[in-house]
This record gives sequence, C-alpha cells and structure tokens, in this order.
Amino acid sequence: MTDLLTIDQLGPDGIREVMACADAMAEVCSRPVPKVPALKGRTVASMFFEDSTRTRTSFETAARRLSADVLNFSASSSSVNKGESLRDTVETIEAMGVDAIVVRHRSSGAPQQIARWADAAVINAGDGWHAHPTQSLLDVYTIRAEGRSFEGLRIGIVGDISHSRVARSNIAAYLALGAEVTVVAPPTLLPPHVEALGASVSHDLDAVLAETDVLYLLRMQRERMDQALVPSLGEYHRAFGLTLDRAKSLSGSALIMHPGPMNRGVEISPEVIDDPRVRVLNQVTNGVIVRMAVLYLVLASTASDGVAS
Amino acid sequence: MTTTPGPASDHDTPDESIDSNVFGRRQQRAFVARTLVLTGEEIQRAVRRMGHEILERNASLDDVVVIGLERGGVPIARAIAAALDQIEPTAGGVPVGSVDASFHRDDLGSQPGSIIPAVTQLPFAVDDRHVVLCDDVLFTGRTVRAALDAVTDFGRPRSIQLAVLVDRGHRELPIRPDYVGKNLPTARNESVRVSLDGVEIGELT
Repeated sequence: MTDLLTIDQLGPDGIREVMACADAMAEVCSRPVPKVPALKGRTVASMFFEDSTRTRTSFETAARRLSADVLNFSASSSSVNKGESLRDTVETIEAMGVDAIVVRHRSSGAPQQIARWADAAVINAGDGWHAHPTQSLLDVYTIRAEGRSFEGLRIGIVGDISHSRVARSNIAAYLALGAEVTVVAPPTLLPPHVEALGASVSHDLDAVLAETDVLYLLRMQRERMDQALVPSLGEYHRAFGLTLDRAKSLSGSALIMHPGPMNRGVEISPEVIDDPRVRVLNQVTNGVIVRMAVLYLVLASTASDGVAS
Repeated sequence: MTTTPGPASDHDTPDESIDSNVFGRRQQRAFVARTLVLTGEEIQRAVRRMGHEILERNASLDDVVVIGLERGGVPIARAIAAALDQIEPTAGGVPVGSVDASFHRDDLGSQPGSIIPAVTQLPFAVDDRHVVLCDDVLFTGRTVRAALDAVTDFGRPRSIQLAVLVDRGHRELPIRPDYVGKNLPTARNESVRVSLDGVEIGELT
C-alpha cells in the first residue's frame, strides 16, 4: 500500500499493522533523544488547504523524529490564492522532489484525486466530511494503550455526526475491530441514511451513558451555528454536553476522548476537563506516535514495492 | 486531566503477532532445506562454548549485557544469557535486551520479511557496559552495521562484541565476529535457516 486515504482501505489487519508499528515508535519516543534516522533523505510535504495547526504540527513532528525533511505548504500563503489549480499546485510541489504528501483539504475526495496525479505517497490528513484516517488510528491506539480489547467494547460518539470526517473514520475503525458503536446526536446533526454507517443511533445521551465504555465527544463546529441545526450552543450543552452530572453516571473505568480543539462549556463542561478519565492529552501524544508509524509504513512499503521480487 | 503519555504499552500481548500483509512486504519465497548442518544439541554445545569464551574474554560478568538483534538474534541472545547464568550465576542474571535495527538501515523497506519493526527493549543502561550483540547469521554485515548505530543511540558502551551462531561469509563491510558458533562456507545464492532446533542450508524457491 502506498497511500493512506481511508480506514476502509486498511481493514482490521491494516489497523493492527499500524498499531504494531506504533508500538515500536512509542519506544523511540520514550528515549532521551526521541529520533531515529529511518527516513533520512526522504522529504515529506505537508499540504494544508484548510487550517489545522495541531494535525500539521503532529505530522511534521512525526516526520522529524524519523529524520525526514519537511516541506511546508499552506494554502493561505500560496499560489492557490492566485488561482493556480489543485493539479498544478500538486505537480509543482512534487517536482521539488517529495516522497510523501500529507493532504488536508476542505473538499471530500481531494486526497484521492491527488493520489491519482502524484507518484509520491499520499496521506489523507482530513478531507471534507469524508475521512480522517490518522485521527481514527491514534484514537484506536489510545484505547488499546489502556489495555482495552475492542471486541464488544461499547463506544458512544456524541455530536455533529453529519459534518464530521472524524465520526465517519472512527465508526469504520471501531466497527472493523469488533466494537459496538452508538452515535448520539439530535436528528438535525445526523446524516441522511445514518444507519448505513453501521452504528446504532440515539438521541438521548443520558440513556446511553451508563452503558458506555468509551465516550467520544466531537467538536461542535461554531462556524455551522448559522445553519440553525441547534437552537444555541448553550442548548446543545444542556442536551448533549458532558456535564458534571453526566460524568457521574459514566462508569469509573470509562474513557472520555475528544479530537480537539475542545469548546469548553459546549461539548464538555470546564469542570469535567480535569476528570481522570479524560484522555485528550494522551490522544495528542499518541498522534505523533501513530503518524510516525503511518509515514514509516507508507514509505517503507513504497520502497519495497520497487524491489524486484 | 491526566498527562501521562501513552504507554509503550502492550507490545508483549500475545494476540498481536502480525502475519497479515496490508502494507506489503518483500515477496516471501519458500525455503527448501538441503543439508542439516547443526542439530539442536550441537547448537546448545556451541552456545555453551561461546558463553565460556565470553566469560574468558571479559573476566567477569558484572558489566556484561546481552542484546539480541530482532528478530533471529533474540532467541540466540536468550540462549547465550542462559548459558552465562549457568556458567557463572550472578545476582539477577545477565541482563538481556533486544534491538531492532530497521530504523538505522540504509535500505528502507527492502530487507526480507515484514516491514513492521519490532519494539526495541533495552531495560538497562548500556553506558560503560560490555555489550554482547547476538545474531543468528552473519552475512553481509549490513544489519550489524545498523545495529551498532542503534545500540550507540542509547549510550556509550565500554565495548561492543559480536556473537553469531553462524558465520556464512560474504561480508560487504569491515565487520568481524568475536564469537562464532559455526563457520559455514556458503554460496551467495544459498540460504541459511536457523532455529534453536537446528541450522539448515538450502535454497529459496
């Protein structure tokens, strides 16, 4: 495999391969000098056509820990604003000699299109409402690092399912590993044909809390508030936010996760953020580890594809 | 909010043995054995002899640590450490670790077998110790070259010594073993398969 575009493309075996590789990367990250020369001489371009500080920083940190060179391209300061087409932009970057391209784009399917044009390995760092595979892989790693088995694990995903690539990729990853997934949202934030995602659906957070092993809160995208999908952020918080009372009805061994950035007082109450069950910073740490694994596997498998059998 | 970093965690969970092939590996060819060159018993004898040589050379086991090269060298390292413990028991035994040299190779992704690296496990400091690096087969020397870099990333050993069960020749780098189980002249296109039950010479088909 030379591109990572979706979770479906990996399947359970591919997810486990990434996890096994991530274990080796976690060891590297635990060293006093967390750096190895594995990708020395390779160049990783991060092409972010949509703002994202944390995902870009995470990928670039991962690339540097493997000694790759990093070429940073952000659309806001680029020729995209001068009207250059996506294809011309990609071909220009590739002509500089890059081995992997990490793509974030507001349009679903953009990384797939770029993968068709580019010889370099393409890694999807989030496209539209479609997919965000490395987020799901780091979430799987975080749950697995707690010693939890996915078989029968009850995972609740709360929030704007409709506009969330994180939700789509995470549902795919959790189901592939045998977990039971429930999406919890008001009807206005569920996509049409939600049942096609393969998860159970609930509109009542209180009803599912006691039966949840992992509570995954999605970011409420403030920029969507003008679409009147929820009456107000305060109303959303009362119905679907993790309040102190709701945190009490969640099991003591449950995990609370969030892809960040968190809206305090919307998805989660400020007083719950310091709850010992919250794993948000572990997710960030594991993001670097898992992205190291993905960069390594994609580039190593590209190299081995070129070897005569 | 907890700030504990994600643990290096459950890499020793048994259900995680990876034999799938989503990210690809170099084509696996079947090994056809032609000659058995060492029996399991002979391997045990060779390992014991190497243990005596290690003790003779280092005078004491106090500062000796044994490190196996993933993946074939790890059982050899354990066997050598067990032999050392039998010859001269020390408190707690000789420390044994393992190193995966994949991250230090100069041929990313093109070594045979899985491209998924093993977890390096060095639960002890290597500074000022005598490191006995163990592998199953010494061939071109390129894995050992990578392993020297991998080990020295962890500190500055007083010495690094190389123990191999089989030296099959064909070196491409100025690397020589300090302890050898068996010198085995081979043709370049032959293949050597090693387990603690026996060493076979044959071909990949």
